[in-house]
Amino acid sequence: MTEPAASIADGDPGAYDTLILGIGNILWADEGFGIRAIETLHTRFSFSPDVRLMDGGTQGIFLLPWVRNAKHLLIFDAVDFGLPPATLKLIRDDDVPRFMGVKKMSMHQTGFQEVLFSAELTGEMPDDIALVGVQPELVDDYGGSLRDRVKAQLEPAISMACDVLAEWGVTAVARKAAPSVSDLVGPGALDIHDYEHGRPSDSGDPL
Amino acid sequence: MASVTTANGFDLDDSGQRIVVDPICRIEGHLRIEVNLDENNVIRNAVSTGNMWRGLEVILQGRDPRDAWAFTERICGVCTGVHALQSCRAVEDALGIDIPANANHIRNLMMLAQYAQDHIVHFYHLHALDWVDVVSALSADPKATSELQQSISKWPKSSPGYFSDVQNKLRRFVESGQLGIFANAYWGSSAYKLPPEANLMATTHYLEALDFQKEIVKIHTIFGGRNPHPNWVVGGMPCSINVDEAGAVGTVNMAWLNMVKDIIEQTITFCDQVYLPDLKAIASFYKDWGYGGGLSSRNVLAYGEFPAYANNYTNESLMLPQGAILDGDLSSVHDVDVRDPAQIQEFVSHSWYQYSDDNLGLHPWDGVTEPKFELGPNTKGTKTNIENIDEGGKYSWLKAPRWRGNAMEVGPLARYLVAYARGREDVKDQVDGLLSDLGLPITALFSTLGRTAARGLEASWSAHKMRDVFGELMANLKSGDTATANMEKFDPSTWESDVKGVGFGEAPRGALGHWVHIKDTKIENYQCVVPTTWNASPRDPDGNIGAYEAALLGTPMADPEQPLEILRTIHSFDPCVACSTHVMSNDGEEMSTVKVR
Repeated sequence: MTEPAASIADGDPGAYDTLILGIGNILWADEGFGIRAIETLHTRFSFSPDVRLMDGGTQGIFLLPWVRNAKHLLIFDAVDFGLPPATLKLIRDDDVPRFMGVKKMSMHQTGFQEVLFSAELTGEMPDDIALVGVQPELVDDYGGSLRDRVKAQLEPAISMACDVLAEWGVTAVARKAAPSVSDLVGPGALDIHDYEHGRPSDSGDPL
Repeated sequence: MASVTTANGFDLDDSGQRIVVDPICRIEGHLRIEVNLDENNVIRNAVSTGNMWRGLEVILQGRDPRDAWAFTERICGVCTGVHALQSCRAVEDALGIDIPANANHIRNLMMLAQYAQDHIVHFYHLHALDWVDVVSALSADPKATSELQQSISKWPKSSPGYFSDVQNKLRRFVESGQLGIFANAYWGSSAYKLPPEANLMATTHYLEALDFQKEIVKIHTIFGGRNPHPNWVVGGMPCSINVDEAGAVGTVNMAWLNMVKDIIEQTITFCDQVYLPDLKAIASFYKDWGYGGGLSSRNVLAYGEFPAYANNYTNESLMLPQGAILDGDLSSVHDVDVRDPAQIQEFVSHSWYQYSDDNLGLHPWDGVTEPKFELGPNTKGTKTNIENIDEGGKYSWLKAPRWRGNAMEVGPLARYLVAYARGREDVKDQVDGLLSDLGLPITALFSTLGRTAARGLEASWSAHKMRDVFGELMANLKSGDTATANMEKFDPSTWESDVKGVGFGEAPRGALGHWVHIKDTKIENYQCVVPTTWNASPRDPDGNIGAYEAALLGTPMADPEQPLEILRTIHSFDPCVACSTHVMSNDGEEMSTVKVR
């Protein structure tokens, strides 16, 4: 159910050092891993104001303005590493663009690889980049959620990310209580619980 | 087939060499084009295949209609706001909700910003490389580039030193072997006509346009509360505005509004001093390349957009009017009614779906999305590795939308033709001015370049309209009306048990409609007919070909191994086949492949 949101986010993209970005599409099963990871991170931890958590969706080139403004960039994504399903992998710095382009499972990665190239072309690559990627098990399920094995990697992915953030001097402060409204992935209907339970019974695999 | 004339009057001949371009690069989504060439390498048959399946009803049935916008915002990587807007409009229409004047102004501002942003990104980052040879820019003389720049615009970034710096940066990038974004192109092709200096100027603006993006997205953040997925609400806009106090928490205040005003002025300057002069300069070298008109000289369609008055979608209110032009008759524009089951219909005879009768079309309120993947008998290859598709059978994941049975082109050119034919002075002045500067007749618009030009004019138009709409918003706020949402019918207990609604308007890439059927407060059916479905449409039971297929016919290719001309024309439509982002063929292939058979 959608209530009008009262708050307004900071519109100035220059006001942070660290960008934690989830990318992918929640409507395509394990493709939603990056977004769900951000959602989980936001639910569990709070950060200082110079850290920006962002649900980047599949915006591709439109994410460039935010990436260019980051000194440290941490990305969560589902990546086809050619490894067993649900394998979690940490990729650092120069290897990131390569991994986001070798085997493209979806258009958002084409777009995001372009973002990194464009950031480089404009001389505004973040100093540090880390990618926490999971090998998807299934993406051909429109309207589906994360598979169990992939969902089970959300917590390990978060702790992997927190280690990287600590290296960058960024502290994740555990929340005592979950935030009342998760405003990261949009209205409640897109939160993982409501999203899964509101799914029409007739699943839609076309092939 | 060999040789036929289609119901909509195009001659097709599939006897010659077949070329496959799959996927078309630098677009959202996955599109495949096959063409047949004659002995002179002229395209005589064209086949457009959307390689992605979508079916919104599969994810929306049974959900709360007030949440639909948030789901539709996720079906496409780049068209978030436009889907959210039409979704809200559809539900408001179904429930009989009128939105307040401020909400209408803010929605207009958000969409106008989207037009300007999308058109700029499309021109510089997706389409320019079809006309501009980046590698040639390395051999430009920075001084001559500076002179060229100063001769076409008063844009201040024009010194020889500036262009020299950009050139050096570009050289380092190219020499590092990381072509990256510039990799999938055909540098050095004889189809590129610009001198090195024009190439350097345009490439420089490619970089400046990347910078400009930083500014314009702030408008969405300010009014949408967040970005890249702004918040919307059925009934209006989910932001409160306070023009009296500075810095009140949780409201859009004067500081924010002044930032919006400033960004609008920057957008106008960028469009008028960079985008339009570049467009004219580039077009002047390609005046002879008059291909790609296709349906545009015959059938075009616009639903209209930007209601000046809240809740009024008639042409008296719409800043860009609705209308349909048939057979190129600009003297009589037909009215379009998206509720009329005889006007908007989708066919699936050549699409990977099935109806109870594949020869009939269905209005979206009665729409069915039942997948049926099967290949025609003349397909070459296998299901998982199609070498040549059989356009005699089912061959696309896109349905074939038709207006009164006619295949239509939609998009900026369609909107501008409809506005022109309806005698809108603002649009006429722009179009006539550009044509007179270039020394071209109005028929020059019916081309790939015409499509690209209309988009540029519209970007400038949008930027100027933002200034007007912002003024109206401020005047309304200062008069004391601060309402941004009408929540009277937000509670489902106030709804009737069985209602239908439609949200329609113009996304940057063309006519977009969402049709919703709400039963017992839940979504019973939901159908979107998106712009690229109109343009990239497969054939229909009568054999009418769609806008992409028509536009490619008659185009000569300089080199069939380098399908630059195909990319040019397809890109000119600003394709977006996403409406989801998943690529069905999961082969890990990243580069565009060209297969010549």
